[in-house]
Amino acid sequence: MTNLLLEWVIKTIVILFILVTAVAYVTLMERKVMAWIQMRVGPNRVGLGKFRLWGLMQPLADGLKMIFKEDIIPLQANRWLYVLAPALSLIPALMTFIVIPYGSHITIFGYTIELHVTRMNVGLLYVLALTSVGVYGIVLAGWSSNNKYSLMGGLRSSAQMISYELALGLSIVSVLLYTGTLDLVEIVEAQSGFHGLAWNIFHYPLLILVFVIFYIASLAETNRTPFDLPEADSELVAGYHTEYSSMKFVMFQMAEYLNLITASSIATTLFFGGWNGPFVGRLPLLGPLYFTVKVLALIFLAMWIRYTVPRFRYDQLMRFGWKFLLPASIVNIIISSTVILFMR
Amino acid sequence: MELEKLLFIVFAVIAIASALNILLQRNPLYSALSLIGTLLALSALYVTVRAEFIAAVQIVVYAGAIMVLFIFVIMLLNIPKDQPQIEKQKALRYLAIPFAGLMIAEMFYVLRWIRLSTLPPVPAGNAEQAVGTTWSIGTRLFTDYLLPFEVTSVLILMAVVGAMVLARREGD
Repeated sequence: MTNLLLEWVIKTIVILFILVTAVAYVTLMERKVMAWIQMRVGPNRVGLGKFRLWGLMQPLADGLKMIFKEDIIPLQANRWLYVLAPALSLIPALMTFIVIPYGSHITIFGYTIELHVTRMNVGLLYVLALTSVGVYGIVLAGWSSNNKYSLMGGLRSSAQMISYELALGLSIVSVLLYTGTLDLVEIVEAQSGFHGLAWNIFHYPLLILVFVIFYIASLAETNRTPFDLPEADSELVAGYHTEYSSMKFVMFQMAEYLNLITASSIATTLFFGGWNGPFVGRLPLLGPLYFTVKVLALIFLAMWIRYTVPRFRYDQLMRFGWKFLLPASIVNIIISSTVILFMR
Repeated sequence: MELEKLLFIVFAVIAIASALNILLQRNPLYSALSLIGTLLALSALYVTVRAEFIAAVQIVVYAGAIMVLFIFVIMLLNIPKDQPQIEKQKALRYLAIPFAGLMIAEMFYVLRWIRLSTLPPVPAGNAEQAVGTTWSIGTRLFTDYLLPFEVTSVLILMAVVGAMVLARREGD
């Protein structure tokens, strides 16, 4: 019992550390990808002493800069909620990752370690629950700042997240019809056949449509362009975090990138076999590597979309969510269940 | 076992405290936030009795969707701080006491058979068939309780259509 508890604590700390570092470097990746797409060089100066290292130390410099910025709380703001809001958006974003499996199991000194923090028989619902709670940070930030742009951002965000949550949840239902379990560990293990290439998206080609819906909805859930209406710069200054500065602003940014990482990890787990790949059965350490590569590919896709597609208008966003994505995912559920009915 | 009891006490205290806070706050936004606190604590209590599915659904549906709408409406109306005084009707206030007594009596009447041992033990070997898991709820919902389930869905559809009709009455 104490052994298990110790294992949990260590795994949680390691995952926390990796996630926070990953967020820092995903921001660098974002800037580099943006620069590449716009035919610029991007940040390439900050290195160690004389060595530039392609700007690899840029996140460190960014972090130092943000820490030393003045932390401003507007006079008319609601102090309690203003301070609470960044935490409310960061904590659920950090909590989601504990159910995501990133490898099978490895043995060190005769002690077998499962490469996931914990498993729940409702793992997927746990992730959905936390993403739906994450909206409060944004909404309360918008309200407590006592600024019309922030309020508009908060309102837009809550409307958008409620609308796209439905499409997201219903597109997951189609996957669940095939897998038959909510446990993410079991979902990944079921995809390990055929030399680790029996991924859901290869096994059930109908899921390609579902993946497109899921991916669009999760872009909307993570408030990324073309769905970044809560912080549309041209209309709302910076949306819900207009008034935030210093580390509170950083917490919102971290939450946004964490949500992107989590959404990509869930997509990897549900559609692309999680940590599965060739030779992973013989060499379990390949598992985390495959997982990371797949997640990074999906993150790159999100960035690609961000710098290619213009922002939706608000009414277009609502029409697209309710009149296209939602019916499309319901139709997918019907098709999937019919296929399963005739296959058995 | 002791840890579970400790967790139960902690979350029960949080649930009751935030439930009281709903009533005591003057600002509707704070009341709504306290309600979210109650719902989250209740969902933690569900986890302590191994009903993970209900716990997750509780958060997804109530804390995640319905309460966001509540807060959305409160923020949209942005009620001024000096709320208009609610009309106080003395007679109703005195009537409230017997009604509260009646409710408490009813609660005790309903709960009179409940003992700590009513939770059936988890059958060895097939933990997924225990009460409160996704499997047991899904199976029951689509076999024994199919008719109530379908009737509820029709009811919700009626509510949605009714809302559309009411909202569209003016204008076009």
